[in-house]
Amino acid sequence: MNVTRGFTGRPRVQNTGLPPGQYDAGDDWPVLSAEVTPDLSSADWTFRVDGLVEQPRTWDWDEAHTLPASAYEGDIHCVTSWSKFGVRFAGVSLDAFLAVVRPHGSATHAVAYSHTGYTTNLPLADLTGGRAWIAWEYDGKPLPAEHGGPARLLVPHLYFWKSAKWVAGLTLLDHDEPGFWEQNGYHARGNPWEEQRYSGD
Amino acid sequence: MTETFAPVTRFAVPGRIAVSSRAAAEWQTATLTEVRRETPYASTFRFAVPAWQGHLPGQHLMLRLTAEDGYTAQRHYSIASPPEDSGHIELTLDHVEGGEVSGWFHTVARPGDEVEVRGPLSGFFAWPGDRPALLIGAGSGVVPLMSMVRHHRARGLSVPLRMLVSARSPEELIYARELGAETTPVFTRNSPQGVPVGRMAAAHVAPLLAAQPEGGWEAYVCGSNAFAEHASRLLVEAGQPVDRIRIERFG
Ligand SMILES: Cc1cc2nc3c(=O)[nH]c(=O)nc-3n(C[C@H](O)[C@H](O)[C@H](O)COP(=O)(O)OP(=O)(O)OC[C@H]3O[C@@H](n4cnc5c(N)ncnc54)[C@H](O)[C@@H]3O)c2cc1C
Repeated sequence: MNVTRGFTGRPRVQNTGLPPGQYDAGDDWPVLSAEVTPDLSSADWTFRVDGLVEQPRTWDWDEAHTLPASAYEGDIHCVTSWSKFGVRFAGVSLDAFLAVVRPHGSATHAVAYSHTGYTTNLPLADLTGGRAWIAWEYDGKPLPAEHGGPARLLVPHLYFWKSAKWVAGLTLLDHDEPGFWEQNGYHARGNPWEEQRYSGD
Repeated sequence: MTETFAPVTRFAVPGRIAVSSRAAAEWQTATLTEVRRETPYASTFRFAVPAWQGHLPGQHLMLRLTAEDGYTAQRHYSIASPPEDSGHIELTLDHVEGGEVSGWFHTVARPGDEVEVRGPLSGFFAWPGDRPALLIGAGSGVVPLMSMVRHHRARGLSVPLRMLVSARSPEELIYARELGAETTPVFTRNSPQGVPVGRMAAAHVAPLLAAQPEGGWEAYVCGSNAFAEHASRLLVEAGQPVDRIRIERFG
């Protein structure tokens, strides 16, 4: 351990909800995006699932809203070290979309992509079983554009760069294919509890 | 039925920049050698990092402080120094009121202290010096841009480089002594005599886009989220293509 002279840190309460190396951002919700925030209306938003599936399909805003509503209430963790407790998102579970397209048995991974061209890769197992959503509401209100509105992917158990903003689709693959930040040196999976920040962690 | 994956490539990773994953994964000890005051609220911290593998202007690193009981705090900081300053890196930190890490730097740190760093990180905001660059920053957002300006000078590059920086007042303009003809400062509260006060506007950006170098600008925008939103919108309205705007937001 490399103790820093004179550094005590903030008075801390034992917080078991905080993954290693993270701090509680409190009411802040920092915006971390390398892109120009797009001017994307819900009327122009679509979401597609294709690749290794029986029945590729594209949903528009109204069609996606006919799927069963599903909410997430819990914590989110950003690789830049902040975590946010007890946030509330609403949308549709990704399981509902996958049930329609029916993934092939050979599908193991997915690439999520946004309406802006951002990409991020995920093991399919991280997107199923009630662990991922397409979210369009935050705290009871429409998701703000700078946080990915009208709709973003939400995979709260992984670092938040995996939760692609302005999500446009998922392509299912039988192999892993690094996305935007992953090609820029970030970890392929990004589990906050194992501190998988950068490739090599 | 199988479909092939065809992502929209509007927002692609610049292929000319490679990031070493090994350097990014390892913590190294950085020894503070010098502290220089830049403004009443910002200072530059110079470190010796003997095994530093080098970086490209615009990249950042992760910095970690450790308390006696093992508690750690880690934050991202842009690298202010150019790659030419080998074996050393400089960071410029704003003193954030109540800030855990910047507070330690501004009130406790002194030469000889050791901290840990890992990096350089992220190739997206990096500028290797090969394309005309239009840099727009506010406050400490000038830090990664200054690495680019310093690199441009150290190498005597002739590729066009222009910088717009916003500060509250001349006293709060970081690196004021070092800024040259490539830079236009914009002051939002107080300005020197004869210089108008006001926020960055279309009038600052338009002339730079009207007089574009051959092949156009790569635009680099850095600062708070509010500033990044404002400046990137000005660029888009002035005709800069969105896929040639790179943004670093300090949160
Ligand atoms: C890519 C990147 C590059 C960056 N580069 C730079 C740079 O070059 N220079 C620079 O100065 N900054 C930079 N930053 C910002 C930097 O990472 C830190 O966010 C900043 O230094 C503040 O950290 P801190 O520990 O001092 O403050 P923090 O402790 O994180 O506090 C930030 C704010 O939150 C409040 N706060 C948070 N938690 C609590 C709490 N529990 N109790 C009381 N108050 C609280 C503080 O009062 C303060 O106002 C960069 C950020 C990113 C993402």
